[in-house]
Amino acid sequence: MRSEAAAAARDAGRFRAGPLVWALPVLALLLLTVAALGTGRFAVPPLDVAALLWAKLTGGTAPVDATAQTVVLQVRLPRVVGALVVGAALAAAGATYQGLFRNPLVSPDILGVSAGASLGAVAGIVLALPVAAIQGLAFAGGLAAVAAVYLVGVAVRRHDPVLTLVLAGVAVGAVLGAGISLLKVLADPYNQLPAITYWLLGSLASVTLGDVGAILPAILLGLVPLVLLRWRMNLMSLGDEEARALGVETRALRPLLVAAATLVTAAAVSVTGVIGWVGLIVPHVARLLVGPDFRRLLPASVLLGAGYLLAVDLIARNAARIEIPLGILTALVGAPFFLWLLASGRRGWA
Amino acid sequence: MLVVEELAFGYGARTVGSGVGFRLEPGETLCLLGPNGGGKTTLFKTLLGLLPAQAGRILLDGADLARMPRKAVARSLAYVPQAHAAFFPFRVRDVVLMGRASRLGPFASPGAADHAAAEVALEALGIGHLAERIYTEISGGERQLALIARALAGEPRLLVMDEPTASLDFGNQTRVLTQIRRLAARGIGIVLSTHDPGHAFLCADRVALLHGGTLVALGPPAETVTPETLRRIYGVEVAVVPLPGGAGTVCAPVLD
Repeated sequence: MRSEAAAAARDAGRFRAGPLVWALPVLALLLLTVAALGTGRFAVPPLDVAALLWAKLTGGTAPVDATAQTVVLQVRLPRVVGALVVGAALAAAGATYQGLFRNPLVSPDILGVSAGASLGAVAGIVLALPVAAIQGLAFAGGLAAVAAVYLVGVAVRRHDPVLTLVLAGVAVGAVLGAGISLLKVLADPYNQLPAITYWLLGSLASVTLGDVGAILPAILLGLVPLVLLRWRMNLMSLGDEEARALGVETRALRPLLVAAATLVTAAAVSVTGVIGWVGLIVPHVARLLVGPDFRRLLPASVLLGAGYLLAVDLIARNAARIEIPLGILTALVGAPFFLWLLASGRRGWA
Repeated sequence: MLVVEELAFGYGARTVGSGVGFRLEPGETLCLLGPNGGGKTTLFKTLLGLLPAQAGRILLDGADLARMPRKAVARSLAYVPQAHAAFFPFRVRDVVLMGRASRLGPFASPGAADHAAAEVALEALGIGHLAERIYTEISGGERQLALIARALAGEPRLLVMDEPTASLDFGNQTRVLTQIRRLAARGIGIVLSTHDPGHAFLCADRVALLHGGTLVALGPPAETVTPETLRRIYGVEVAVVPLPGGAGTVCAPVLD
């Protein structure tokens, strides 16, 4: 009995989350943001950064020299805000997909959103379209790919609708991959091919505040159902039959949640290109920290995702003389961590 | 009350069973016996409305199950699946709380009343001490009890239990059967399936023998669970022996 009580106390402690528990990561994220804005070839002291941000928010002026002001507000701020928004979006989508597909190894790409967005962007690059059009095509491509997968899944209709969706995603993803390869072969190897490669590896280097403003409504719109259905998500993770037996209309909720997570992902990758691993790793870590309850998992994933991509982008622009594509770093940083998780066999893997 | 009339069930175009009919009154326990592949699970899925009936109908308190929204079905008819290893490590309390889904709006999270109902269900099954434990880390028997608690948290009038004693040790089987008797005494109607014909004598008011997709017998255990019927559905020799002093009846296989 004693060991049982101890185990219960331990389990309770692990998942207890009061307001203070949330205040700490938010504070850490703020500090990281200030640090990221001050770090770079032209270093700005954290207090100056804080003064600049405060002045920007309140509409006042800060006693900071003009160069620092330009570097922090014009050069770094769009990038930092982009990292926060995209990281949060990818992690939220990943947490949703992992719950829906009852698999901790699922990433937001499982239904082909990244492949579809890539094909759209690559087509835009090959057609030499303006940046906004490339972003639009990427966004539309991501949504269209998942819509196609969903329609195939509904048309096939086998016993397990979730498995059918995953298999349809694999098939549609293969076709999209073939299309991307074909366009790469056809692309101009001196101008277009590097642009394509760069897009497929993801980067925040050219993100503007305008870009962030353009994708923010779509991301917020996608987050609304995730927030509203945060408790139902727990039931969705039991699988289709059990959820239905418990009274959940999975046939209505699943497409809604898939659409929401897809919207969020497509919007994010449309301006940054494909950024792998964030949507896979971050929900995992979040689950280790706060448990699998989506009511806590979602905010934890959002905070961690924002922080993770911000940190990785900080490395991307400072580690070497040239800018390192994000896709390379998220994998280089993420994969060892992932293996460590796997080897340590921590809770959350069950 | 559950009324099943001339039910045919199966997947898609494939019919697994047909002509199945029975009634289940409040407080009554109906035990479904049948060999593997006999259609028990498919029948259960159809009873729960998870699979559409191919013919016939299922009436839940007089209403046609096929026309009821999921939530209305779940509110009166709860499902206890086989104790499974869940994918994510929820606390037992959170698992039980999920049984409240049928009582909540789509955007609602459980409130104080729901937590109280979960608490009552946990206590009813004597697993209040497991509330803070992780569902994936407790034993199979404890999981089965937690799943029964989850079903009870929704305050249903009928329970469908798919092999609630499967893969449990002897003590846990006994505990689960005891709970089934207790729930029936509270007025809950129960349909359960089992692979042990002896369990029918322990907890069932009536037994339905499902073989080849049809009911070959339906009635009190003493009339339906006999060496003849068991030989017919399982193809093996079984001794059905009343215990001295009327303490029950045991079923034991007779080996060559």
